Amino acid sequence: MRYEAPGSLDAATRLLADAEGAARVLAGGTDLLIQMRGDIVEPELLVDIKNIDEMREIAEEQGRFRIGAAVTGMEIMEHEAFNAAWPGIVDGAKLIGSIQIRGRATLGGNLCNASPAADSVPALIAAGAVASVIGPDGRRSAPVEEIATGPGQTSLKTGEIVVSFDLPERPPRSGDAYLRFTPRTEMDIAVVGVGVNLTLDGSGVCSAARVSLGAVAERPLSVEEAAAALVGTRVDDDALAKLSKAASEACRPIDDKRGTKEFRIEVAGVLAERAARIALERAEQR
Amino acid sequence: MATMLKYEDKDLKVVGTRPIRPDGVDKVTGRARYGADINLPGQLYGRVVRSPHAHARVLAIRTDKAEALKGVKAVVTRDDFPEMPVEFAAAGELIVNFRDVTRNMMAREKVLYDGHPVAAVAATSDAVARRAARLIEVDYEVLPHVIDPVQAMAEDAPLLHEEQITEGVDPAPEKPSNLAKVFNFAKGDVEKGFAEADLVIEREFNTKPVHQGYIEPQASLASYTEDGQVEVYTATQGHFVIRAQCAKLLQMDISKIRVIPTELGGGFGGKNNVYLEPLAIVLSRKSNRPVKMTMSREDVFRSTGPTSGAHTRIKIGCRKDGRITAAEAQLDFQAGAFAGSSVPMASMCTFTRYDLENVKVTGNDITVNRPKVAAYRAPGAPISIFGVESILDEMAIELGIDPIELRMRNAAKEGTQTYYGPTFGPIGYEDTLKKALEHPHLKEPLGPDQGRGIATGFWFNIGKETTTTLNVNEDGTVTVILGTIDVAGGSRAAMAMMVAEELGIDVDRVRPQIGDTQALGFNFVTAGSRGTFASGMAVTVAARKAIDTMRERAARTWDVPVDGVVWEDGHARPASSNVGEFEPLSIAEIARKSGMTGGPIAGHAEITAEGAGPGFGTHIVDVEVDRKTGLVKILRYTVIQDTGKAIHPAYVEGQFQGGAVQGIGWALNEEYIYDENGTLQNPGFLDYRVPVASDVPFIGTEIVEVPNPNHPYGVRGIGEVPIIPPIAAISNAIHDAIGIRLREQPMSPPKVLKAIREAGNGAAE
Repeated sequence: MRYEAPGSLDAATRLLADAEGAARVLAGGTDLLIQMRGDIVEPELLVDIKNIDEMREIAEEQGRFRIGAAVTGMEIMEHEAFNAAWPGIVDGAKLIGSIQIRGRATLGGNLCNASPAADSVPALIAAGAVASVIGPDGRRSAPVEEIATGPGQTSLKTGEIVVSFDLPERPPRSGDAYLRFTPRTEMDIAVVGVGVNLTLDGSGVCSAARVSLGAVAERPLSVEEAAAALVGTRVDDDALAKLSKAASEACRPIDDKRGTKEFRIEVAGVLAERAARIALERAEQR
Repeated sequence: MATMLKYEDKDLKVVGTRPIRPDGVDKVTGRARYGADINLPGQLYGRVVRSPHAHARVLAIRTDKAEALKGVKAVVTRDDFPEMPVEFAAAGELIVNFRDVTRNMMAREKVLYDGHPVAAVAATSDAVARRAARLIEVDYEVLPHVIDPVQAMAEDAPLLHEEQITEGVDPAPEKPSNLAKVFNFAKGDVEKGFAEADLVIEREFNTKPVHQGYIEPQASLASYTEDGQVEVYTATQGHFVIRAQCAKLLQMDISKIRVIPTELGGGFGGKNNVYLEPLAIVLSRKSNRPVKMTMSREDVFRSTGPTSGAHTRIKIGCRKDGRITAAEAQLDFQAGAFAGSSVPMASMCTFTRYDLENVKVTGNDITVNRPKVAAYRAPGAPISIFGVESILDEMAIELGIDPIELRMRNAAKEGTQTYYGPTFGPIGYEDTLKKALEHPHLKEPLGPDQGRGIATGFWFNIGKETTTTLNVNEDGTVTVILGTIDVAGGSRAAMAMMVAEELGIDVDRVRPQIGDTQALGFNFVTAGSRGTFASGMAVTVAARKAIDTMRERAARTWDVPVDGVVWEDGHARPASSNVGEFEPLSIAEIARKSGMTGGPIAGHAEITAEGAGPGFGTHIVDVEVDRKTGLVKILRYTVIQDTGKAIHPAYVEGQFQGGAVQGIGWALNEEYIYDENGTLQNPGFLDYRVPVASDVPFIGTEIVEVPNPNHPYGVRGIGEVPIIPPIAAISNAIHDAIGIRLREQPMSPPKVLKAIREAGNGAAE
């Protein structure tokens, strides 16, 4: 096995594009190393992208954040301005593993590992984050919800790397939240995850909303019907009931060791309502 | 002859205090050497090839490709181990049959569970060993399998052992079945008792198999020499039993096997049996190199003993005043791939907290296609008492009697004869109930969807063979070599404290250490909550012998009869002024001159400890149920238990807390999940959910001390009782919170939510 730690995006994409055998991008390694130890993957080339500056930065320009894909969970949690703007994304990052895991694990890694249950992804989708992707054919942008296509599967082409996430400008009276359901309080994996992001107008009516569900389909979903249940309302009980119903209806889960279909469908609705209440409270405070 | 030292009520200086444990610093600094920390020069790395099938005939095993791989030094299969006849031996709280042990460590005719070893390799690196393991080809004839104990007893169930005729049934059945053995216990006349009852409740309960969940996976290192000796480093609860099993399985002399126990990262009953040790020994013998073998967590879940899943049917009758008139139980326990579950103990524990006239318990030991079960902390008792304590809760509500009061009215006490034989001496069950009634926990207000439950537990506790050597060093400090493994509960601290108390010296002048199998005579495994009881008796015997020797030395020094010398506060003193005027001699002074007064000073104990004191506990738990997700949160938890005497109260509290937390995990989330092929779906801590620290509140503890009359310090065993009540207590609390009674474990969110839906939007049952 070959290990490379290039200092530039160019070198990284070239290494990946030219690789003859199986090649993997190594960011935090919290999924990849376990898969290697468990004989699930046996890469011939590991490209460690942690030496690439652009991938390691949190940048803010005129209220818009750009987060490098190799920024760790702890770095996001400790960034005050980002916490103030996007507490829902921080909710997701906070729930991943333990402090030690969060010290290594990255947003880009969590997305590209393509687990349907990835905790940092629904809030990014709800935030309307756009991934900046670089590859042998140059740079392109893609909404985060278009990256993962199924368990362990992404839309990235050979040699492509997710470099960073661009978040839209944050209007006043906006709030987001991520909630997941797990039987344990921590060190667990989402049975259902819900990200809600909403903006209120001056009179308290929801002017924009996005809702994302994790762990209820083959990939994290952006659920427009659920968002539509909130827009134009005061996010009152009636609207929340509609949101809850739309969230449940969007689920297409499987029965597995982590939960039954019926449980996931029901709890997705419950969590959507609870996450929306938190997002609403946060929006009202900003 | 068995040893019993009587309890003496005396002023104590060391016992009952809370010094830092002797193994503490190494553990918090990372210096402690656990099984996988041991390495020897030139060692090879071993790997086990495991069955992917739950049940299959092993037609052929081809090892040539693996053996041809560069770096592979040895391969073993069933052909490398001798056939064993049926022969039983004690290994902790369960009995093992060597015919089965040899088949469990390495499959012979059939594989009987997903994860069953079929071959093992040793190579110069772990990477090569892994590759070699993949090159071993096994031809299987896959057979239908069965996991559920009730299904396994069906007429047409897949049969694990073609020759297995049910024992304990008269006349013996003609056809083989998966029902290995039936255990019957009876007292009085249950039919008459039920006829006298005003209220009879009969219910069925189901529990899933759960694992001990020790943090340290099994690890062993064997080094076999050209002259037929072997050293084995291994993580175990009982190195002498591991030695005995290896000697039997490999047909070696016991004297040729030295087992060196490493620091133990938890066992809870699961490390009383051989898994890797015989494989490592034979791989080492074949390769002439030390061989190290460690299990992954997946290996641990797939192949080491969990406890049984079970189906139970419990029937209890009582009068209007709450007095139980009859109690009956049928317990169907999974034994796993080979006979020998904890059902006999579970049967004996089912109703033993209560003073009953009429009892009947039937325990069925059933073979199924899962790993052979091993002991797990109070083996079987949490499973069998779940139903009993649940029904008593129902009765208390039905009769309008407080649940603690109901138990008081039926409580076993001194003089109560158990339905399996013995009559209790002084016991502390009622004391724990009284303490519960007075406990401030009962006054804590409960909010909506919150509820409170109580349940109680009993465990026998045992003594058995125990050895120790106590050396008084030249400077008067003391080294105690113990045969009883400290399974991390802190027993080394307790031993040092009892020795310090006996000798009248500071506890930091006593260094306890576990001796390997060549240092001491046979010592039984740490099981049955025997460690502090039995080894405490042994160190007391040893200390008293050393004191007698030191009194003799003082007598010789003073030229007086030995009867004229007493031992007080770490000094030999003249018994009275009639003996003469002599300055007291300290232990250090006697030790310094020991070479001139007769030689080094030591005390020994090679005893069978008897008179273990039964343990009883009462638990109170508050829960909150999220009606929309089914999540059960533990709000408050109190453990009240009779310890006899808490030698080191902090470690007693630690045992109470640890047992309760394991019980909470068992109650709420832990379960083995199998797919339709009998493959274990959750062999890891991500999906096999033991609780994490933030899942539980600080567990409150109350130590009750009703001394065991058969121990010099009044010690009973304490380690096992605390895991017994939680499942039942939590189920009772959930009922109190939302009016729904759950009779299946785990009470995990999907199951609780389903029960809420079935009860009609959360309405009471």
